[in-house]
Amino acid sequence: MANEEMEQLVRTDYKQGFVTDIESDTLAPGLSEAVVRYISAKKKEPQWLLDWRLEAFALWKKMHDPQAWANIAYPEIDYQAISYYSAPGAKDKNAPKSLDEVDPKLLETFEKLGIPLHERAALAGVKGVAVDAVFDSVSVGTTFKKELAEAGVIFSSISEAVQEYPELVRQYLGSVVPQTDNYYAALNSAVFTDGSFVFVPKGVTCPMELSTYFRINAANTGQFERTLIICEEGAQVSYLEGCTAPMRDENQLHAAVVELVALDDAYIKYSTVQNWYPGDEEGKGGIYNFVTKRGDCRGDRSKITWTQVETGSAITWKYPSCVLRGKDSVGEFYSVAVTNNYQQADTGTKMIHIGEGSRSTIVSKGISAGHSNQSYRGLVKILPSAKNARNFTQCDSLLLGDKCGAHTFPYQEIRNATAQIEHEATTSKIGEDQLFYCMQRGISEEDAVNMIVNGFCKDVFQELPMEFAVEAEALLNVTLEGAVG
Amino acid sequence: MIEIKDLHAQVEGNPILKGLNLTIKSGEVHAIMGPNGAGKSTLSAVLAGRDNYEVTRGSVTFLGKNLFEMSVEERACAGLMLAFQYPVEIPGVKNVYLLKAALNAQRKARGEPEMEAPAFMKLVREKLQFMKIDNSFLHRAVNEGFSGGEKKRNEILQMLILEPKLILLDEIDSGLDIDALKIVAEGVNSLRDANRSFLMITHYQRLLDYIEPDFVHVLSDGQIIKSGDKSLALKLEEQGYDWVLEETA
Repeated sequence: MANEEMEQLVRTDYKQGFVTDIESDTLAPGLSEAVVRYISAKKKEPQWLLDWRLEAFALWKKMHDPQAWANIAYPEIDYQAISYYSAPGAKDKNAPKSLDEVDPKLLETFEKLGIPLHERAALAGVKGVAVDAVFDSVSVGTTFKKELAEAGVIFSSISEAVQEYPELVRQYLGSVVPQTDNYYAALNSAVFTDGSFVFVPKGVTCPMELSTYFRINAANTGQFERTLIICEEGAQVSYLEGCTAPMRDENQLHAAVVELVALDDAYIKYSTVQNWYPGDEEGKGGIYNFVTKRGDCRGDRSKITWTQVETGSAITWKYPSCVLRGKDSVGEFYSVAVTNNYQQADTGTKMIHIGEGSRSTIVSKGISAGHSNQSYRGLVKILPSAKNARNFTQCDSLLLGDKCGAHTFPYQEIRNATAQIEHEATTSKIGEDQLFYCMQRGISEEDAVNMIVNGFCKDVFQELPMEFAVEAEALLNVTLEGAVG
Repeated sequence: MIEIKDLHAQVEGNPILKGLNLTIKSGEVHAIMGPNGAGKSTLSAVLAGRDNYEVTRGSVTFLGKNLFEMSVEERACAGLMLAFQYPVEIPGVKNVYLLKAALNAQRKARGEPEMEAPAFMKLVREKLQFMKIDNSFLHRAVNEGFSGGEKKRNEILQMLILEPKLILLDEIDSGLDIDALKIVAEGVNSLRDANRSFLMITHYQRLLDYIEPDFVHVLSDGQIIKSGDKSLALKLEEQGYDWVLEETA
């Protein structure tokens, strides 16, 4: 198939691009110590948290943007042009106390996105999924809190957790991703507004899937959420994250931090379907997704699995990582990243082996189409203490058309000779022979592309929770709609 | 079924087919033989609609329609199927999925409803049994890690399920041992009927012992230079191509 035809096939129809017309309490653009104080005051935070934020802000001012080393390019971000706080609802109104008080417009928005916030509606599904819905800077509601509380699981917005479980938050916040970790993590630490908090106590397996849905709505607003998940000894949880935003011509910044802590024998499975607005066909607009995600396998035999399907954002810069501190701890990273049009992605993972017998698996599938540019960047670090550590890395890239790019930057730092490291990498163009074969059996070119791409991603999709696997597949098809023609 | 008239085709500017004429009627089985580089595989590629094969002159009418106005998938849906010499591997895509997608795409093109899963599975199991293929085969990725014989059997399995009208067999016998060849031939023979035609491309007479053709053609330098019945193939096997080339020189 000719490349021009290939390009024609790459046309995206972003179905989540609508704007919700809702009154909002939005802080004027600008970033200063006063803004940090304002956010903290708005959330009625304790002094220690305000101090922590201010400390982060002071550090951030001395740091530099990571553009120098990442394989992405964008105009300098004017941090003074962004609003750091936007909440739906009028200024004088109090925050809703329960889902019944939430503005119907908001419920409708999430409904439209396929995220039912009515517990009854959610129950109609095969299996309940508890949802925390974050709209711009605040969480608008969390479902199934009561049912979860009965099992001993805390699932709430992080703002609420600061009020209700300050000691837990204080103990773990920043213990995985410190304020100084990187430029965006420092910024997030200073101005984070909301996010989810999960605490699964010792020996408890969370009775349902937990999920947070992030929605950016207001213009010129950044979203800076902070998620903290803790699994005590022997506890287990599966957590899903979804994200969308309206189509806007200007770029919007999303700089989140996610921290996971797994104690002895705990298991955290964190899945993401990231579908931020990617910008239009000319590369105008879209979300800058600069995110720090890290899991700490603090306990022996603990396990953390990151599974991500990344189809959105104008620019993605993120490396969900695992610090394998515990003896025989396990870290896994399964990723599918799709870039189309002028999207850029520099993504991958870090596996830091500290504990004896720690094991990690990395499976990364990158699909580039249009004029997009994608890099896999992965670090496998084996410290001297990590006797008999093992890592298996597989990263495959698939190119659609001849104007896109795929790059692989694997880093290995091995400081213990007993380590076993395997690395496999492939780059291929979507096979014309494969397409012809399918089409010769009567399958349309578009269906054939979807079939081949989904087959390419299968190793990752099968790691996703059932409900999400279907969504991921559908999302992939939409992103590549028209990608071969 | 199909009428090929004065067909000229080139690949990257090199003329390969140079005025090929061939008519195949319903129910007929034709075999095309010929030395390497004669244009045998080009013919099947041109008929199936592969890219990079440019038709420069001539016409092909398939079931009353101009073949060159039809896209690859339209040709397939109209009943033209190419059994590949080297079936490609598609990692991660299950055989059963490809089969179902293909069958339903073709049914849709004919205005028929999609076949429901239970009916489809029943049909597939029946055909698997006939082809002596294990059920586990369905859940393996398309052709991935298949032996040469398995790949060819898979092509025949697709044929049995899709029931095309005109089947092009491109060196279906290559890489097969005698037992696999027998199974493949049995599959092909089971499809022979008054409404279906075959065009077999082969190097070896051996295949024709198992799938008996009505007509045998010799293709050389892009043209059919001699046609006959099965005895022609036997003579070619014994004496090679030189005598035909001399005869027509």
